[in-house]
Amino acid sequence: MLARSTPAAIAIQVRGLSDRAIAWLFITPAIALLLAINIFPLIWAVYLSFTNFRANRPNAEVEGVGLRNYQRVLNDPDIWIAMQTTAHFVFWTILLQTAIGFALAYLIDRKFRGHAFWTTVILIPMMLSPAVVGNFWRFLYQPQIGLFNYIVSFFSGIAPSSFEMLGSVTLAPWAIIIVDTWMWTPYVMLICLAGLRSIPDYIYEAAEVDRASAWRQFWSITVPMALPFIMLAVLFRGIENFKMFDMVMLLTGGGPGSTTEVASITLKREAFESWLTGRSSAFAIILFVAVFGLANVYVKALNKVKQR
Amino acid sequence: MRKMTKALMGMSSALVLSTALPEIAKADELTLCWAAWDPANALVELSKDFTAATGTAMKFEFVPWPNFADRILNELNSGGKLCDLLIGDSQWIGGSAENGYYVKLNDFFDKEGIKMSDFAEAAVNAYSTWPKGTPNYWALPAMGDANGWFYRKDWFAKPELQAEFRQKYGRDLAAPQTWDELKQVAEFFTGRDVDGQKVYGAAIFTERASEGITMGATSALYPYGFKYEKTSGKYDMDGAVNSPDAVAGLEAYKALYKCCQPPGYTDSYMGEGLDAFKSGQVAMAMNWFAFFPGLHKDEKVGGDKIGFFVNPKQKTAASTLGGQGISVVANTDNMDGALAYIKWFAQPEVQKKWWSLGGYAVHNSVLNDPSFKDSQPFAADFLVAMNQVQDFWQEPSYAILMQAMQKRLHDYVVADQGTAQEALDALANDWKEIFEDEGKL
Repeated sequence: MLARSTPAAIAIQVRGLSDRAIAWLFITPAIALLLAINIFPLIWAVYLSFTNFRANRPNAEVEGVGLRNYQRVLNDPDIWIAMQTTAHFVFWTILLQTAIGFALAYLIDRKFRGHAFWTTVILIPMMLSPAVVGNFWRFLYQPQIGLFNYIVSFFSGIAPSSFEMLGSVTLAPWAIIIVDTWMWTPYVMLICLAGLRSIPDYIYEAAEVDRASAWRQFWSITVPMALPFIMLAVLFRGIENFKMFDMVMLLTGGGPGSTTEVASITLKREAFESWLTGRSSAFAIILFVAVFGLANVYVKALNKVKQR
Repeated sequence: MRKMTKALMGMSSALVLSTALPEIAKADELTLCWAAWDPANALVELSKDFTAATGTAMKFEFVPWPNFADRILNELNSGGKLCDLLIGDSQWIGGSAENGYYVKLNDFFDKEGIKMSDFAEAAVNAYSTWPKGTPNYWALPAMGDANGWFYRKDWFAKPELQAEFRQKYGRDLAAPQTWDELKQVAEFFTGRDVDGQKVYGAAIFTERASEGITMGATSALYPYGFKYEKTSGKYDMDGAVNSPDAVAGLEAYKALYKCCQPPGYTDSYMGEGLDAFKSGQVAMAMNWFAFFPGLHKDEKVGGDKIGFFVNPKQKTAASTLGGQGISVVANTDNMDGALAYIKWFAQPEVQKKWWSLGGYAVHNSVLNDPSFKDSQPFAADFLVAMNQVQDFWQEPSYAILMQAMQKRLHDYVVADQGTAQEALDALANDWKEIFEDEGKL
């Protein structure tokens, strides 16, 4: 059935407006809102990034500083460490979430008895608020009363209070990766499941006729046809995890020391604790360009895969 | 026509009333902003007297400590009108004075006969003046505070522990007088079973995000001889911030953290420290004197079970300053009401009641009262602490200075990165860069 447009005659009768005018009438508030809360702040941030403005000194004279803020951000070793920390999180969370998410989707797609129930159970973590998840896992990781340490202790024989997931320099990054993977693997699973369900049955039937083994079917049919969906999941999770803030803040606050201080936390400290507004704007623009650039390159690759 | 006139009159009356009523309500009400903690409850109780005396209703905006600075500084920076009166941190005075957020109170004090000499000198310097130590007043000292210690008096009194401690260290198991003694006592308790529970030596501040580890570590740094500058006002930090004494102080703090902090307390501040003590996990804990009245009243660990002591000395006696002054927010719509509250609060009898309710008055009529030392089990220690307090930078750029120290200390103490010397050298460099940006170096 074709979608019906507003008959021009009616529009003219009611307001004397054309379809195009009515369309603009409806779209304009949304565009105005978008400009006000997205585009204007972005342009304003670009402007601020070239100044010495500090939000806690509104009376001070604002002076242009050229590229100094960008130069300082790019030459700050602490910021590069934060970028490395971010890259570490993005790499491991994507790797784990994609591998586990795809495996779960593959299992769920088999449609075993009770698969609908287990799908719902698996989806629960991603439906929770990050604030709830963060606090919940803080308790689980507590070395004296936390369940996580007791489970590890049960299997390894190591005393529960002898290691601290959130207080140890080596374990804290993994503590966050575990939580993020627990929470967002179901999301990847859902996208992968959509990909698997989109593969027509006749392709497998043809492979069966050709006596292709299950392994061959998996590598030659399932993976290539689900690949665009997997890549889409990687794109979404990559962008999200590049901006990761809430979970890290709730679990470690960036510590111990600066071990888990990802770029977004450094940005928050610069902008709202140190009040270096100009410099933090420059940092935000650099992050934006990095994510935007990488995402564009990735989307081009994704399109090539889709067109194969 | 008559109907139309009536409708118009009705509408205009409604419009006039709707704009006038909030003004009337505003004039009768003051909003006081502070942190959400025990003393704030005492202030609510105290302020009922102000309402009774003046008819001005008091409204309170109390923000939890972890969000206090973010919330209130955002409010000030954005020119908000939430607070008529603000009990802000002492470090905010510089910035708030320079940015015009606080009202300068000198003329008002002169007019109303409020003398700063009526308040403890250290409190006036820390909570009221900018530039520090000059007779330019931006706040009235409201809440004296310093970092102190409390301990399980009942555990310390156990004869078997007394005997074992005496045999090991050749002295009585008692509240430590020096940082060396503090570590010995903390080590003595760590890992021990007391009343059927495994306990630890001491709960100390390690919080990373706001100011926790700085406030904790300076309680060791100051007694060991840490200074911000070699010459006051010269910003010559090399040889002061990273002096051998400062290094020894930081090493002592890390040693206490490593030996005796309960597991999981890697990001702990006021609340976590109180939890550790109240749950019977630690023999000793550091925290602000502001919490001591509440601790003493605690049914489980208070009363006879708790003892208090001032921050241990080492090369010198020193305590980390807390506390705040009360300021009038320049953006208030109710300047007269806000000033009336300050005038009322400065009265000696109000200050006495403030102390009796659990607020730490620093009015000399309260502190110099012969009965003051015995008025509470922690009162004598409070007097000692307030006479030896040292404060963090009170510069307008204190927030960046604080963030730098938080990072360097947490990296060294909790994350085990580098040496104390390297941490303090790096801190001195961070601070030099900040002051260079400020044009002060």
